[in-house]
Amino acid sequence: MTREELQIRLEGREGHLRRRRAVNLAMEGLSTAAAVVAVGVLAIVIGSVIVKGAGAFGPDLFLHSEVPFGEKGGGVANAIVGTALLIAMASVCAVPIGLLVAIYAHEFSGGRVAFALRFVLDVLNGVPTIVTGIFVFSLLVVGSGQTAFAGALALAIIMLPIVARAAQEVLALVPQAIREGGLALGLSRWKVLLRIVLPSAAGGLLTGALLAVARVAGETAPLLFTCSVFAQGISLNPAHAVASLPLRIFQLAEGNSPEEHDEAWAAALLLILFVLALNLLARYLYARTRSRVGQ
Amino acid sequence: MSVQQLSPVIRHPLAKGASRAGDRVLRALTALAGLAAVALLFGILYQVFHQASLAISKFGLGFLGAGEWNPVTSHFGAADFLFGTAVTSCFALLIAGPLSLAIALFLTELAPRPLRAPVGALVELLAAIPSVILGLWGIAVMGPALANTIEPALRSVLGFIPLFSGPSSPAGLLPAALVLTIMTVPIVSSVTKELFGSVPRELKEGALALGATRWEMVRLVILPHSRSGIIGAVLLGLGRALGEAIAVTMVVGHTPGIHASLFATGDTLASRIASEYLGATTTLQISSLAYLAAVLLVLAVIANLIARAVAGAASVPGAVAR
Repeated sequence: MTREELQIRLEGREGHLRRRRAVNLAMEGLSTAAAVVAVGVLAIVIGSVIVKGAGAFGPDLFLHSEVPFGEKGGGVANAIVGTALLIAMASVCAVPIGLLVAIYAHEFSGGRVAFALRFVLDVLNGVPTIVTGIFVFSLLVVGSGQTAFAGALALAIIMLPIVARAAQEVLALVPQAIREGGLALGLSRWKVLLRIVLPSAAGGLLTGALLAVARVAGETAPLLFTCSVFAQGISLNPAHAVASLPLRIFQLAEGNSPEEHDEAWAAALLLILFVLALNLLARYLYARTRSRVGQ
Repeated sequence: MSVQQLSPVIRHPLAKGASRAGDRVLRALTALAGLAAVALLFGILYQVFHQASLAISKFGLGFLGAGEWNPVTSHFGAADFLFGTAVTSCFALLIAGPLSLAIALFLTELAPRPLRAPVGALVELLAAIPSVILGLWGIAVMGPALANTIEPALRSVLGFIPLFSGPSSPAGLLPAALVLTIMTVPIVSSVTKELFGSVPRELKEGALALGATRWEMVRLVILPHSRSGIIGAVLLGLGRALGEAIAVTMVVGHTPGIHASLFATGDTLASRIASEYLGATTTLQISSLAYLAAVLLVLAVIANLIARAVAGAASVPGAVAR
């Protein structure tokens, strides 16, 4: 091999290597850009809500209920109370049942049943929420009208798989050894569960419940058919439809006047603050449980 | 587990009866709850199909191909909405798929360690934004920006493709697809992040030791290793995109029709149900809307089933991702 030949080869290699490095650099750049875009979109959305919602965000928003059509002023006090009622009723229904489902899947059933149950929960989690609304409508609303109870049931159906799946994962974190320790000391299984397993998993279980609440607090579609035609003023009667924040935002956004849009943004700011706070709290609790229990 | 069989022997004989009963009660209670969850799924399927039965018997499967939707003459067909759902969801996943993979790669391979958890959490927070707020943002902020600057720019460069031609408006298929993109990115990226994280370290280091660049390591080791999981993640996102009603209904423009252009307004299955179900007057109209819901339900369930099937043993985080 002559000197020239070698030189050409090496230069070829060098060109090749340079191209590979360039491709690598480009891909790393694109990948970083993608993350920047995602975080940027989050910042833009939250930023828009803050900028546009800050104007009408004040005591009036919290202290007044919505006013009859055409009148000025008014706030979302009735929607706040309604959302609180709906969430409370849905949680009372979905959290214990979801927990029981998870306990059955993880503590009492064999691998195959647990797998099947997880599968059912995942499919249930994939049911479009608007379809859940139609289901509850056909079950409870046809003939007897919309109620807060029907709305809460629709939300509970959405919460159930979230609570149960999260609880399953948290129960799996609790080391088998402490269960066996309890059993070896002569405790019965239900006592082991109630006194040892559930307390040590409590933080994680709470995380699942909080995430489910955060999820349904912003759900509009399932309430559209089950709890959207309500009287004015604050109501806590589960036998009547109540107002709710997401639905109110939806109605205000479809309105025509700038005042309605301002109020929609202010209500959106309130809702997004609530949902983000719940999410952050849930994450914090989950991280704490993870570091405490096992791992 | 063998300890459980031993424990009754060890326990005090007097306590035996009560705790056995306690165990049995708890077992029965939890089994009942499990059964209720299964019954709920079948109850939803039954009720939706039951409501749709009138329209199913009247229109049959031809419903899916019929383009007309006219409550006055009682002619109903799902084709326009199927088209809208397919275009918005597929376009959304076409953007969200690669974007999410890139984000997942950034989070598992590139980002400095202290940045990984916070950036990952921020991306997942995108999923926490209520859909009604994304819809409001879509129609008030993103829609005008698209119509005034981005769509004209796309038209002037790519206008020869029918997809990017025609007049723009703040509402339409493109804004709907972009809103769905925002909703699906956190799902797909959080699932793929888990997948990439589970690629054995030796394989990655082996590739690097052989002289591969980081991108070559990704292309030759990470991506092939997680291929089926990636398909599962994208289908999971698709299931979410298909069923989104509120945000889409706010930005899609509510006009049935099949257009070649992404700038045109349209309508989707979920959005049509959301906007028309409560005001429906005839039983056939209600039943036809329930038929749309049944189609939507079947599509969403199939997407989820295939997602789980191809993902196989790869665990799909169900709690954090929507």
